[in-house]
Amino acid sequence: MGKIQLTQVRKSFGEVDVIPGIDLSIEDGEFVVFVGPSGCGKSTLLRLIAGLEDTSSGTIAIDGKDATHLPPAKRGLAMVFQSYALYPHMSVRKNIAFPLKMAGMSEAEQAARVERAAKVLNLTSYLDRRPGQLSGGQRQRVAIGRAIVREPSAFLFDEPLSNLDAALRVGMRQEITELHQSLKTTMIYVTHDQVEAMTMADKIVVLNAGRVEQVGSPLELYHRPQNLFVAGFIGSPKMNFIEGAEAAKHGAATIGVRPEHLDIVAGGPWQGTVGLTEHLGSDTYLKVTLDSGEGVTVRAPGEVAVRHGDRVALAPQAAKIHRFGADGKALA
Amino acid sequence: MSTQSTRLAARLMVAPSVFVLFIWMIVPLAMTLYFSFRFYRLLTPERSGWVGLTHYTWFLNSPDFWLALFNTLALVGGVLVITVILGVLIALLIDQPVKGQGMLRILVIAPFFVMPPVAASIWENLFMHPQNGLFSAIARGFGAQPILFLENYPLMSVIGIVSWEWLPFATLIFLTALQSLSSEQLEAAEMDGASPLNRFRYIILPHLTRAITVVILIQTIFLLGIFGEIFTTTQGGPGSASTTLPYMIFKQAIVAKDIGRAAAGGIIAVILANIVAYFLMRGIGRHLDN
Amino acid sequence: MARAASPRRKFLTTLAAWAVALVIFFPVLWMILTSFKTEASAVAMPPEFLSADWTFENYETVWSRSDYPRFFWNSVVISVGSTLLGLAIAIPAAWAMAFVPGKRTKDLLMWMLSTKMMPAVAVMIPLYLVFQRTGLFDTKLGLVLALMLMNLPIIIWMLYTYFKEIPGEILEAARMDGASLWNEIVYVLTPMALPGIASTMLLNIILAWNEAFWTIVLTTTKAAPLSAFIASFSAPQGLFYAKLSAASAMAILPILILGWFSQKQLVRGLTFGAVK
Repeated sequence: MGKIQLTQVRKSFGEVDVIPGIDLSIEDGEFVVFVGPSGCGKSTLLRLIAGLEDTSSGTIAIDGKDATHLPPAKRGLAMVFQSYALYPHMSVRKNIAFPLKMAGMSEAEQAARVERAAKVLNLTSYLDRRPGQLSGGQRQRVAIGRAIVREPSAFLFDEPLSNLDAALRVGMRQEITELHQSLKTTMIYVTHDQVEAMTMADKIVVLNAGRVEQVGSPLELYHRPQNLFVAGFIGSPKMNFIEGAEAAKHGAATIGVRPEHLDIVAGGPWQGTVGLTEHLGSDTYLKVTLDSGEGVTVRAPGEVAVRHGDRVALAPQAAKIHRFGADGKALA
Repeated sequence: MSTQSTRLAARLMVAPSVFVLFIWMIVPLAMTLYFSFRFYRLLTPERSGWVGLTHYTWFLNSPDFWLALFNTLALVGGVLVITVILGVLIALLIDQPVKGQGMLRILVIAPFFVMPPVAASIWENLFMHPQNGLFSAIARGFGAQPILFLENYPLMSVIGIVSWEWLPFATLIFLTALQSLSSEQLEAAEMDGASPLNRFRYIILPHLTRAITVVILIQTIFLLGIFGEIFTTTQGGPGSASTTLPYMIFKQAIVAKDIGRAAAGGIIAVILANIVAYFLMRGIGRHLDN
Repeated sequence: MARAASPRRKFLTTLAAWAVALVIFFPVLWMILTSFKTEASAVAMPPEFLSADWTFENYETVWSRSDYPRFFWNSVVISVGSTLLGLAIAIPAAWAMAFVPGKRTKDLLMWMLSTKMMPAVAVMIPLYLVFQRTGLFDTKLGLVLALMLMNLPIIIWMLYTYFKEIPGEILEAARMDGASLWNEIVYVLTPMALPGIASTMLLNIILAWNEAFWTIVLTTTKAAPLSAFIASFSAPQGLFYAKLSAASAMAILPILILGWFSQKQLVRGLTFGAVK
């Protein structure tokens, strides 16, 4: 079981409201990702759930029981930290067994559980090493191992992949996703990387300045962003925003078109000059300065033979135009 | 960044330290303040009473007090100047590619671990002694009269001894700081056409600023209280020529057994130390931030 | 420096550096040499660098004839005792300030350091009187207390800078793993901080061993450690040079050896981590 319910949770440090009041419910077995720019309060929110910070007001219920004032150890949650927070003076085996030892479990049971976890995470041959002798990816797995042996009702991840290099990050991303599929335990995962959010989450919570901007599945956020912030944050390259007369034609203060929804077609309505081009092989990114003065990014599939200074005409796909009102909210 | 229960535990854990330090500071200070306005001599315990500011005016009117004040500042200032300048030079020398750097460090640091009375006694007896000291032997070797260090130059001699004790500390800190200077910075400066002197002036010296500040701060704390060296060598003499403020107060209290007067001296020392401390703390506070 | 110096330059700098180091070390060396000479050879003019008849006699005399062993033992008890007591009080405080800092933590640390700036003479008189009245005067316990209080701010500061380097996330991980505060300190913090605690201990033993104000003011003979004993050695007028040197050598040797072991940590410790 791992259902977590936040009701009007507020956190302030002195005068500053880091989180002005959040309602959120996380279902059992869900993979929820908190995503947002740095300083948006996502880590604080995770630490409130963990019990490492006190809430200023509001309640946190875990499996229907009020856990707002429980100490971290009593909440039945496990956490994987950004720095992994492994105990450097203990072997991998002792690191993984530490929560079991603290729970007063018998030596035999500890050993059995550690073996099982090590097997799942491919750590069996490293059990007697110290964390200092392991690579980044191995340390990450030890941290996860320490979390899973407790069989917690939910896992909390605080930007766990940010210290890994790009290739390893993709691999660990898949391992964590697979782990979720086999354990079917609730996971809450904090990241600032929207790609991680899109690829891993069942449900994404987009946070900005301590507020929930939108909650939804990855594709919901991609196809139906409720406001300018979410529209700009989800998707790579970033969505193009156009204001003024062109937006007014669509009855909106701002319109947004994703780079992949702009086609290069002779006689397209938007004319412009090509600036930078990036050839990725599978795609070509073009920075185009429109004659109206606005810059847009175009993502064209395959190789496109345009060069700096070429004139192009662009056409937005009519069904894929997002319209936003003056208050930044999406128009129906 | 933590929960209320850990904050409460933290307060309880700091409490004993704060408590004992507070007692150690405030109780004696209050008593000293009280005694400084009282007539209180251990030799005539039956006489007592309030004397107002008499003890303070005695100090301020006593030429010995002003001499002691001057001596204290001269001692601190003299030792600081000697140790910082020599310390930087020696650190620069040892930081060069030399053979046996580890052993060099061990030799240079040694005086710092010599307890003040032993340091003073080595210098007084084995070096500065007019008949048997090594210095007098050297002087006689050149056919000159031995210099009477402790008789004719008592304060200078004490400054010399204390500088010898603290030079290793300064050197070691500067050496550590020098070794953290990236050689790329020096190479860049060399490529930019800086001469060795300019490299010292514009790269090395600014890099050492922090270390120099720290050396000055920490040495000042210890030097203001210098006592053992004077007690062992000159006993503040001849006359009061090498009496510092701490030593003068010690004489009033332990030798003359005039508690009231010594207490007033203590309060004056506290005020002076606070003036010095005010400037020091501002310096340290800045370093705490980075 | 990455570039290899020319052999000639390296030879000259090596020569200069060794010359300077030997000049600085010479007084200690001279004292040690003197301690192995006969009294006659110690005051011989011109001075004898290498004595004709080396002897251990001075050490034997000092150790057997005076109360030297007692002074030595007093030094051990006072320096180790005050350091251990100081650590016991300081470790929880440093833990709290490093890992649960409040708005006032910095001010508190500065205040603690500022007590070091208080001239010892200002608190000397009441302490002298209080010690006389309470029977702490000229006792080892009295000196343990006085030196502990004198060095407490330094102990707290050193531990604080060492603890500061332990990432707070590790302690939070322990908390998530179900460790109580006590378990957290025993299983996680202390093993990780052990090197820092050890060097704090070493440095404070050195400071306490060499202390020469309270040891002189607060003792007469019974509890006097070596620093007070040597300080009161009446001017020997050329008769006891060798024995004085032997006594001095025995007084500084243990600490010299400890100090050489701890010299890497010394800079960090004494500058409160400001210079590493």
